[in-house]
Amino acid sequence: MLGFLLSRLGSLMLSLIVASVVIFAVVQVIPGDPATFMMGLNATPESVAHLREALGLNGPLPLRYLHWVAGMLHGDLGMSYTYRVPVAGLVAERLQVSVPLTIYALLLSTLLALPAGIFAAARRGRAGDLAVMGVTQFGIAVPNFWFAMLLVLFVALRLHWLPAGGFAGWQAGPWAVFKSLTLPAISLALPQAAILARVMRSALIETLGQDFIRTARAKGLSRGQATRRHGVRNALIPVLTILGLQFSFLLAGGIIIENVFYLPGLGRLIFQGITQRDLIVVQSVVMLLVAAVIVVNFAVEVAYALIDPRLRRPA
Amino acid sequence: MTLLSVRDLSVSIHGLPILSGVSFDMAAGEVFGLVGESGSGKSMTSLALMQLLPQGAVAGGRATMGGADLLALPERQMCALRGREIGMIFQEPMTALNPVKTIGDQVAETLVIHGAASRGEALRVARARLDRVGLFADRFPLDRFPHELSGGQRQRVCIAMAVALRPKLLIADEPTTALDVTTQAQILDLLRDLVAEERMGLMLITHDLAVVAGMADHVAVMQAGRIVEAGRTEALFRTRREAYTRALFAASGHQPSRQTTRTEKPLLEVTQADRSYPLPRPHPFARPPRFRAVKGVSFTLHEGESLGLVGESGCGKSTLARAILGLDVLQGGAIRLGGEEVRAGHHMHRTMRAKMQAVFQDPYGSFNPRWRVDRAVAEPLHLLPEPPGDVPTRVAAALEEVGLSAKDGRKFIHEFSGGQRQRIAIARALILRPKLIVLDEAVSALDVRVRAQVLDLLADLQARHGLAYLFISHDLGVVRAITDRVLVMQAGEIVEEGATPRVFDAPAHPYTKTLVAATPRLPADWMEDADADRQTVV
Repeated sequence: MLGFLLSRLGSLMLSLIVASVVIFAVVQVIPGDPATFMMGLNATPESVAHLREALGLNGPLPLRYLHWVAGMLHGDLGMSYTYRVPVAGLVAERLQVSVPLTIYALLLSTLLALPAGIFAAARRGRAGDLAVMGVTQFGIAVPNFWFAMLLVLFVALRLHWLPAGGFAGWQAGPWAVFKSLTLPAISLALPQAAILARVMRSALIETLGQDFIRTARAKGLSRGQATRRHGVRNALIPVLTILGLQFSFLLAGGIIIENVFYLPGLGRLIFQGITQRDLIVVQSVVMLLVAAVIVVNFAVEVAYALIDPRLRRPA
Repeated sequence: MTLLSVRDLSVSIHGLPILSGVSFDMAAGEVFGLVGESGSGKSMTSLALMQLLPQGAVAGGRATMGGADLLALPERQMCALRGREIGMIFQEPMTALNPVKTIGDQVAETLVIHGAASRGEALRVARARLDRVGLFADRFPLDRFPHELSGGQRQRVCIAMAVALRPKLLIADEPTTALDVTTQAQILDLLRDLVAEERMGLMLITHDLAVVAGMADHVAVMQAGRIVEAGRTEALFRTRREAYTRALFAASGHQPSRQTTRTEKPLLEVTQADRSYPLPRPHPFARPPRFRAVKGVSFTLHEGESLGLVGESGCGKSTLARAILGLDVLQGGAIRLGGEEVRAGHHMHRTMRAKMQAVFQDPYGSFNPRWRVDRAVAEPLHLLPEPPGDVPTRVAAALEEVGLSAKDGRKFIHEFSGGQRQRIAIARALILRPKLIVLDEAVSALDVRVRAQVLDLLADLQARHGLAYLFISHDLGVVRAITDRVLVMQAGEIVEEGATPRVFDAPAHPYTKTLVAATPRLPADWMEDADADRQTVV
């Protein structure tokens, strides 16, 4: 297990380095001057030169790369060109919304999906299965922003149970944060839960057809006991794969939902960065997202190994 | 004392009858053999008794054990009975255990689920039962996972699991079919001892007459969902009243009439062939150690000769075959075919490939299911320097040569039986008139009667075309029937080589002796009786 962890950690570091080189190259090295690009057509040569200096575009490439990486390791992501504040602060502020929202949505999605998938698989072809499959089909087909608007209309505007939008901020206390994130989390979670439930169902159906389930039944386990004790854990590998992908997607991919609920999340930051040609913000947020994906993948692989002892050897 | 009494057992799946009128009795402390070919209903019989039939199957009749009718018990009571009164083991030990749970937990579970012991107590019993089946604590602690064990060891775990609560009846469905002969002999010994010790009844389901002959007190022969003949094993096997039983016997000892086509001209020369694989690194910065699957193997195969290569699974015989076919690169030594070196990869010329073809074990997996048979059979023709103009004629001729008709070319592979598919695979190998056909366990997946027919076909084709065969198998009986000379392989090395009858009748190497001794055989005098009777009748 230790060897496995070391080898996975090694490949994690390697992936981070490769990713940072690629991102650096895309923003800084590709033809065209980022400073000119950011300032637009009407910029004076002096202001472009000034920006070039601020962007650290002068000097040999390897040195610039190292400077950038060293800055990141110290938490210095540079100054945002449009907001005129340090990018690090900007990102940290947005993460306070996006990270809890993502975790909240994933938790909801997992808590809904796994029982639904297991329930459907255990009743394959019968009414319960058909009902779950119908609902998940609906969940995948319905756009989440439309569903979000319905939630706002009924839960917020008619019933007044939860706020219709905006982020209370952590200074208002965790309960307020919880309330302001609940509707967005539900909207994000439902389509993900629908996908996850289907993956859980098909993986479990495949597992239930395996020889070792027959062995368990021959030992005297009931159908339900065999499913719980031998089926579910073996069916979790594909579920984890999808969960990992969903985490990466939700971290910045909730931009439409962030807009519907007027949340200052990471998705909106990167969208604004792109529209305002604020390459410093874009570069930092992209690096952060890539790092998040790599770390989540690492966590998923460790979880694989915890579930399945056959995967505990170094690759 | 009657343990189990089955009367008029019938099973149908979605209205299609699978079993009908199956009746037999089993006594405690006795081995009851159920023999027959695949699809004869042996496994269905056992699954019906356990109420573990596939969905859509309906069972009728009665099966009385300890006063209860197994077929009529509600599911709750069946759960209490399975594992406690009736234990069961299956054919495929590689997949019969849950890969994510330790062997200790899985054996202990039998006790825990029946409320027979607390977890700690159950683990202690599991330890004792694993010791009993020969998996001792020093090498097999309870926290081992199934993937760390070999097939034979896993089957032992399955047995420990099935007998953990000392059931009255143990059902073993082809328990040794997936195992090597030496392992098979050990597992059969273990089962025999357990039956004697625990006074269990053992229902042994197998296709192998020799295994039954050596194990069972009583035997029932099944065909197409019915018992055609039942009785004491020796009496039944000696007299062979029913035609079907006689056919099974004839096929299992079948010796195709062969004329030797062997020449003195070397065709395939393997010299000091070495084949090794990298193993997983012990830690991330280590150089991966290598596993030598084939260790400096040398031999010569002559034109028109049939050469056997026998050995147990993992001995390197298939790895060697892949290297000979030019599918894998050698790490040392050389392989020459007709004087030219076989080089794996793109270096190998088409004309070289055209000289040798292969037939593999799995008649289901070795065809593209979306191709029609004629396309599959014609495929090797692309190895010719120019595309021949008479492809349909050649395909028809090849199909006819293996006993199929030209019309069959328009069908898809799923429309054929296992034996027919293997004939098609032979037609595909034959269409180029190669000099050498490598047959890797080519008849191992076939039923005895079909196997006998395919062996006849192979003998006939060899006589007609002067083909050379490299016949790879773990089954000594088959190798004996079809080869002139044999190589015995153990752990990547050839330990013995010689004329087939000599090697099998008077093995010189200890390993060959073990193999020959472990191979189950029908007693020779049982075979003679009925033949003698029939001659007097004629």
